Amino acid sequence: MSTILTRPEPALDKPLYTPIKRRSFFMYAGATAGATALVLAGCSKNDSSPGMVNLGNGNLSVLNYAYSLEQLEAAFYAQVVKTPATDFQTGELAYFTQVAAHEAIHRDFLKAAIINVAKGTPIQDLTPDFSTITFTSRASVLGAAKAFEDLGVAAYNGAGKLISASDPNGATYLTVAGKIVSVEARHAAYIRDLLTPGSFAADDQVDAASGLDKSMTPVDVISAAQMYIVQRIDASSVGK
Amino acid sequence: MNFLNIINQLAEVDPDVLDRLDSRRAVFSSLGTIAKRSTLAAAPVLLASFFQKAYAGTNAGSAVDVFNYALTLELLESSFYNKVIASTLFSSASAADQAAIRQIAKHEAAHVTLLQNVILGLKGTPVTIPGFSTAVFNTLTSFNGSTPGATTQLAMAQLLEDTGVRAYKGRATDLQGMADAVITTPVNLGTINPLEAALRIHSVEARHAAHIRTMRKQTAWINSDGDLDSAATYQGATPENNVKQAGYDLTTAGVITTGVTYSAKDAAAAFDEILTPAEVLVIATPLIGA
Repeated sequence: MSTILTRPEPALDKPLYTPIKRRSFFMYAGATAGATALVLAGCSKNDSSPGMVNLGNGNLSVLNYAYSLEQLEAAFYAQVVKTPATDFQTGELAYFTQVAAHEAIHRDFLKAAIINVAKGTPIQDLTPDFSTITFTSRASVLGAAKAFEDLGVAAYNGAGKLISASDPNGATYLTVAGKIVSVEARHAAYIRDLLTPGSFAADDQVDAASGLDKSMTPVDVISAAQMYIVQRIDASSVGK
Repeated sequence: MNFLNIINQLAEVDPDVLDRLDSRRAVFSSLGTIAKRSTLAAAPVLLASFFQKAYAGTNAGSAVDVFNYALTLELLESSFYNKVIASTLFSSASAADQAAIRQIAKHEAAHVTLLQNVILGLKGTPVTIPGFSTAVFNTLTSFNGSTPGATTQLAMAQLLEDTGVRAYKGRATDLQGMADAVITTPVNLGTINPLEAALRIHSVEARHAAHIRTMRKQTAWINSDGDLDSAATYQGATPENNVKQAGYDLTTAGVITTGVTYSAKDAAAAFDEILTPAEVLVIATPLIGA
């Protein structure tokens, strides 16, 4: 983190998505090494070196937000399949192999949609950080999978309303997001059942009084996912 | 046994009634009584007009219309699960299976209550239906049969849940752009974003569908080799075996990523497809009755 703050970054005095005055920047940069990375909103999103990734705003940002999460999930499941847990039960690796394909399809499809439908630029390939996951352990893998899937469901549930209908492709984006989220919910249900049979829609996830699944804002989702991603992601303008 | 055929038959004349009754007089008498029940006779008409209103014109309707569409399906599911739980077949199901059905039933009842309160809060009138047809329910001969595709309670549950997922998905764009509503009566629900609320129900139905499918030894997602794949639930203008998204045939080699080809099975499973109100009407109408 301190490396990012002290490294000279010529692009920082040029406003990109979140303009910041030079005086303000120097004030923050001069504060402490512990200043949050959110100050550095001026990092180029196409910068291939580790740094800040700003998801931007508008419908493109919602697509890139979904793309970032699918990148994470696809990378996780690819690793699960590559280095399966030694204590997976019969059929579980086969399950993860199928889910890995689904997430890779989601990821690749979203990237293609960003380029060819939204005519926008996808964010860079993110670098995952799975150092807190023990891939040889079934419990660790299932726990991480459950976290990712439940988080993904909450993310899509919160993102739907952020897709603007004034964009001619707005309805298409919402439909696509809808087609994906229910598959993520199926994954989530299945994983939960593997961990704790019958917990597919348990009260910790689905509110008992209303029957509603969770919904989270982009900032909260990225905050939860950040520990698994090397690059710092700025979701503060998603859908705005 | 082709489930779709059974639905088709029941939509016309109930053959089981004819099989069970002793004499022709009893048959006609019974049918006459059924016809006289205004709720039963009216239900398909009311439902049809309701769905027609939903898709008749370019104006897809207000939030109340969309929520009443959702409420219709939730009432159907809730009634169905209540019948399951009350049936003798259910009492011999495992404790785990019973717990799962009760959890699902709890959610469907909660959805009914929520949607009714939202509609009332929006100054609308919540729709009512007689319930899940007893005649259809009585054709379900086991809780979870071992014969794939047999008329079991869980097979019906799977069709209801997967239909519900697709039905919600099909109306999401009708809620797009609708403003938040602050609902304080009849209960204080605070600020409700119509689309967000619908999505939060939709993902729960998908969780239900996944678990029911797993109980039936099917994949949690809709796969091309499911035993009920020929049912109307999995067809429609965009059937569930669809592999094309946004103009891409995902099974074409390297269509998105060079050197990467996805199987038809994976490409179909990765996306759940919508059902239009007209398509839902075909599936749901025969299931609604006294």
